Amino acid sequence: MARRIVLVLLTLWLVSLGVFAVSELLPGDVAIFILGQQATPETLAVLRAQLGLNVPAPERYVEWLFGFIRGDWGKSLALQVPITDLVLSRMANSFVLAGIAFIITVPLSIGAGLLAALRQGRLTDRLISLIGISGLAIPEFVSGVVLILLFSLTLRIAPASAQIPTGASPLSVLPALILPAFTLALTLFAYISRMTRASAVEVLSSDYVRAAFLKGLPTSKVITRHVLRNALLPTITVIGAQIGWLVGGLVVVEHLFGYPGLGDLLLFAALNKDIPLLEACVMVVASVYMLANLGTELLFGVLNPRIRYA
Amino acid sequence: MSGPLLEVENLSVAYGSTPAVRGVSFEVARGEAYGLVGESGSGKSTLAMALVRYLATGGHVTGGAIRFDGKDLLALDAAALREFRGRRAAVVYQNPAAALDPSMRVGDQVAEAFSAHSRLSTKEARRKALEALQQVKLPDPRSVYDRYPHQLSGGMQQRVVIATALAGGPDLLILDEPTTGLDATVEAAILRLLADLRRDLGVTVVLISHNLAVVASVCDRVGVLYAGRLVEQGRVGDVFAAPAHPYTRGLLASLPGEHSRKGTRPLHAIPGTALSAAVHLPGCAFAPRCEFVRAECTAAEPPLLSVRAARSSRCYFADEVLATPIRHSPDHLEGTAQYPAAGGTQLLTLSDAQKTFNVSGGRVHAVDGVTLEVPSGVTVGLVGESGSGKSTLARIIAGLEPLDSGTLEWRGQPLERSVERRPREVLRELQMVFQDPDSTLNPRHSVGKLLERSIRQLTGLDARARRSRAADLLAAVDMDARYLGARPSELSGGQRQRVAIARAFAGSPALVLCDEPTSALDASVQATILNLLARLQSEQGSAYLFISHDIDVVRYLADIVGVMYRGRLMQLGSAAPVFDGGPRHPYTQVLLSGSALEGEAEQTGGCPFQASCPRKLGAICETQVPPWRETSDGGGILCHIPLEELT
Amino acid sequence: MPDSLVADRPAQLQTDSGLDIQSVAERFGSTGLVPLLQGVRRSPTALVGVLLLLAWAVCAIAWPLLAPYDPNQFHTAARLQPPSAQFWFGTDQFGRDVFSRVLAGSRDILIVAPLATLVGIGCGTCLGLVAGFYRGVSSEAVLRIMDAVMAFPIVTLSLLVVAMLGPSVVNVILVIGLVFTPRVARVVYASTLSVRDLNYIAAARLRGESSTYILFGEILPTITAPIIVEATVRVGYAVFASATLSFLGLGIPPPAADWGLQIADARTFLQSAPWTVLFPALAIASLVVGVNLVSDGLQGTRTRSS
Repeated sequence: MARRIVLVLLTLWLVSLGVFAVSELLPGDVAIFILGQQATPETLAVLRAQLGLNVPAPERYVEWLFGFIRGDWGKSLALQVPITDLVLSRMANSFVLAGIAFIITVPLSIGAGLLAALRQGRLTDRLISLIGISGLAIPEFVSGVVLILLFSLTLRIAPASAQIPTGASPLSVLPALILPAFTLALTLFAYISRMTRASAVEVLSSDYVRAAFLKGLPTSKVITRHVLRNALLPTITVIGAQIGWLVGGLVVVEHLFGYPGLGDLLLFAALNKDIPLLEACVMVVASVYMLANLGTELLFGVLNPRIRYA
Repeated sequence: MSGPLLEVENLSVAYGSTPAVRGVSFEVARGEAYGLVGESGSGKSTLAMALVRYLATGGHVTGGAIRFDGKDLLALDAAALREFRGRRAAVVYQNPAAALDPSMRVGDQVAEAFSAHSRLSTKEARRKALEALQQVKLPDPRSVYDRYPHQLSGGMQQRVVIATALAGGPDLLILDEPTTGLDATVEAAILRLLADLRRDLGVTVVLISHNLAVVASVCDRVGVLYAGRLVEQGRVGDVFAAPAHPYTRGLLASLPGEHSRKGTRPLHAIPGTALSAAVHLPGCAFAPRCEFVRAECTAAEPPLLSVRAARSSRCYFADEVLATPIRHSPDHLEGTAQYPAAGGTQLLTLSDAQKTFNVSGGRVHAVDGVTLEVPSGVTVGLVGESGSGKSTLARIIAGLEPLDSGTLEWRGQPLERSVERRPREVLRELQMVFQDPDSTLNPRHSVGKLLERSIRQLTGLDARARRSRAADLLAAVDMDARYLGARPSELSGGQRQRVAIARAFAGSPALVLCDEPTSALDASVQATILNLLARLQSEQGSAYLFISHDIDVVRYLADIVGVMYRGRLMQLGSAAPVFDGGPRHPYTQVLLSGSALEGEAEQTGGCPFQASCPRKLGAICETQVPPWRETSDGGGILCHIPLEELT
Repeated sequence: MPDSLVADRPAQLQTDSGLDIQSVAERFGSTGLVPLLQGVRRSPTALVGVLLLLAWAVCAIAWPLLAPYDPNQFHTAARLQPPSAQFWFGTDQFGRDVFSRVLAGSRDILIVAPLATLVGIGCGTCLGLVAGFYRGVSSEAVLRIMDAVMAFPIVTLSLLVVAMLGPSVVNVILVIGLVFTPRVARVVYASTLSVRDLNYIAAARLRGESSTYILFGEILPTITAPIIVEATVRVGYAVFASATLSFLGLGIPPPAADWGLQIADARTFLQSAPWTVLFPALAIASLVVGVNLVSDGLQGTRTRSS
């Protein structure tokens, strides 16, 4: 357990190295990269001073890293505002959207996966798998666009844009969140229902389920007492991985619907070569992902008797 | 209420269109224990599952009837079937760990079996479950109740499964290979439990196994299955003393028993390979392999004829078979070598070998101060149960695992502990044959390729010489050269092991480590392999370090025998005195007599065997490590009891 | 008998596609390509997938022959026209024929996706083999670095790198390959672990084989089945990722007839001229669905368990 936490911290450190290396070392001369070839020496000098580029890279890295840990994430080049508050508020927005998608989808997908496993090979199974494969195959921007087309422009049920007036809470525009959440939900559903189905199928063919039937237990008892617990355990790890994906996959959905979340901010930083902002956003995203994975690993360890009572 | 409890009449079962059981008929009387013996492909497992109508996908009954207490089983509807299962009949399968839900406490699973058939409160069910755990002789039922399956040993798991099976108070208990995979001593304990339960509860038992000894110890009557057909039936004692069917006879003759020894009294393997039920021959299914075969045998399949009282056999010449005894000669048998080998060179010397593993919950001394030598041309047999460290020892000698401390010498020179550092000369001479035939050959390489690869690495032969040597190696293991192009998936388990042996002999080794090479094979196939190993030894003069959990196999092959328990060598000496009247360590005695061992206590400082030892002296065994008492042949016994009292 | 998923298989061994390496290996018995192809042949859904892929492959190769118009040609008089006999899929805001653009777009994506997958598979396989076979520090180091790369969700990492390197076909291939490497490495690592302690590897060590031979001559041939399955799954992701990057403006630069780019361009006209978005979207969807059907067929997830 302690070992896991140490590993996560180690990986986060490697991540920070990677982020720094890519954003500040990869483009060669960062100042020219940001301002372009035509920039005058004076503007370059100003930018270099602002970014602290005159200091050697290792020192810059350490300062940046400690600043990050302290919570001081610098100032955005493009927006000229402190990054910390900006990122945190955007992150909160993203969590709301992701949270909604999650809450709707997870129970639904688990149920669908179990149902598909119980009716394996029959029509219900094929239907569920079909929906699953569509969610898996179709990129979010495609499904998002189709959903907008369908529900917003044609049927006029939900708004196409999910922009929030500055300062307001995302919950104030709840109806606007329906379509983006739905788009996310499709992909989530695909992964979770597939995994649940696969593990339920394996559990159903196990010896102990056979033993349960041979004890004379009715099917309903066999499912609730034996199948559920064992089939859902591996699903937890997939759900954990999906949390991380959500954080990243939000980029497309937020961009498509104009939702002011972390993903949209990340894209903005990338397109505008706003290096401090980009670094901060990526670090935050990576950290959330890793923590989510750690959380699910720990949960798995607690729920799995073989690990808990090794 | 008279009449048999179970009647199987002309039952045929198939998977899709492939038959698995053909026209099997037998009856089991109330309170009786009936055994079904068969090797792989005989259809015994299918039969077991058919009896409770839980056949795998595609399985269906194609003919005949099953009657339980007079009622037609095949006509039961779902509700009646549920009532039948658990309440009237229960099944215990082979792999106890798999039969228990890994995420539910063991006691709850037993309690569940009770509440499946009667309305019980949780407390009531729990109480009954505790009683059941006690009835199967589990130590400390309360603490076992709260454990998860992975926290119990194999033997304990099987007891829990038996408790679950008996919970519904069934009239019929079906056991399908219940002790396969368990150590011999644990197996003996489970079988004793079964005998006690039969006596106390009066339950009727159907026991299915490939292991004749297991069936002999539990059952009253036995039926022998071959290729999906019942070929012989009768009382256990009668059938095993004087079989009436050539297949039964062949099975018995292929088992290494008390009197078989390599060289002087070889095993009689049944030629050919086992037929599966899927194949339909016009005549007797066993005819292609039978030594009594005549013209009538291939013309029409013999019916199950009654040959004596309560004895039947599916053979036209059953009387002749009955009259021909299996060769058991009480002659005095000599071993082929003395320990230490007079005049022979010491190939391998191992001195005070230590190997410890760190596992969750502490350190395990897999090998704890083992000292032994392997002279050239001799078979050293190492016998021990699971956890004895014998496989680890083999891997250490092979260089696959590093030794923690101790010395390892080859021909008097220090031997590299890591196989990657050994020179080609040593590799050529020191080879290994592994246990599991399924993982011993690379599935993507053809037989010819893998043999040539070994030849190439171990010898300096050129391409053409390698090809011809590969064919020679196959011939030496009695396989035709056409198998050179075959992939392992096309070979049977026995054939794969033969290729593995051929591979080991590629460089004419001086010592071959054999790590349970026949444990995963059917008895008749095992006989072939053991004979092969003995023959190769006499032809090429190679030595073996032969490891097995089966003391009968070791007795057959070994010139020198070592007995291991929990990482320590408890006894080492020439085979003849150990098996025929010399001093024996108490553990050796337990293994030889097939007794049960109870108790799996923690390791204390003294003798590792003290917790289970039937001849434990007292506190001295717990606190002091026993001395190594040297025997007259240069071997020794690790025990506090003096040698004179161990004879 | 697989002793259920509650076995102490670490959470890491599940890939993010949920591919269960152990059961794939068991199902195919590590015997390689032929049984895989047979599996595809037996499954009707997989055949549909193969047909879809073939259709698109033909498009990618022969689109200059099949397209009625030059995809970059402006028909200024016929801007934003709905589908008609003249322009089967209508025209976009510059008057370009959408049908021709859709056909043309297949080539770029069918070059990028397989190449990116190859990069990922190549690097990932080597790393996974090494990490799985050698124990100790070097293996741990590889795994930690792979974890670090995987800590970035796909889009995030691609964003980061392409933003720095600039959008181009080569960069997109490299980035997607980079993103895939750790995921492929995980699959190969898990497969190598499951094979590493088998007896035929011990036999190879016992006859003095070099580590390189053991990795590539003994282990690799037996784990080709999971690798191939993973490769087909990755191709789907590659299409996905490439289109997403283009949509976000970080992929193949304009005026390439890239589908993601087309959708991004035409977003503003979603209400007035939905066909400009719909047809590229359907193209992407059908390609990814085709790839997924094939990989599903290989995995046998649709077939009834025996």
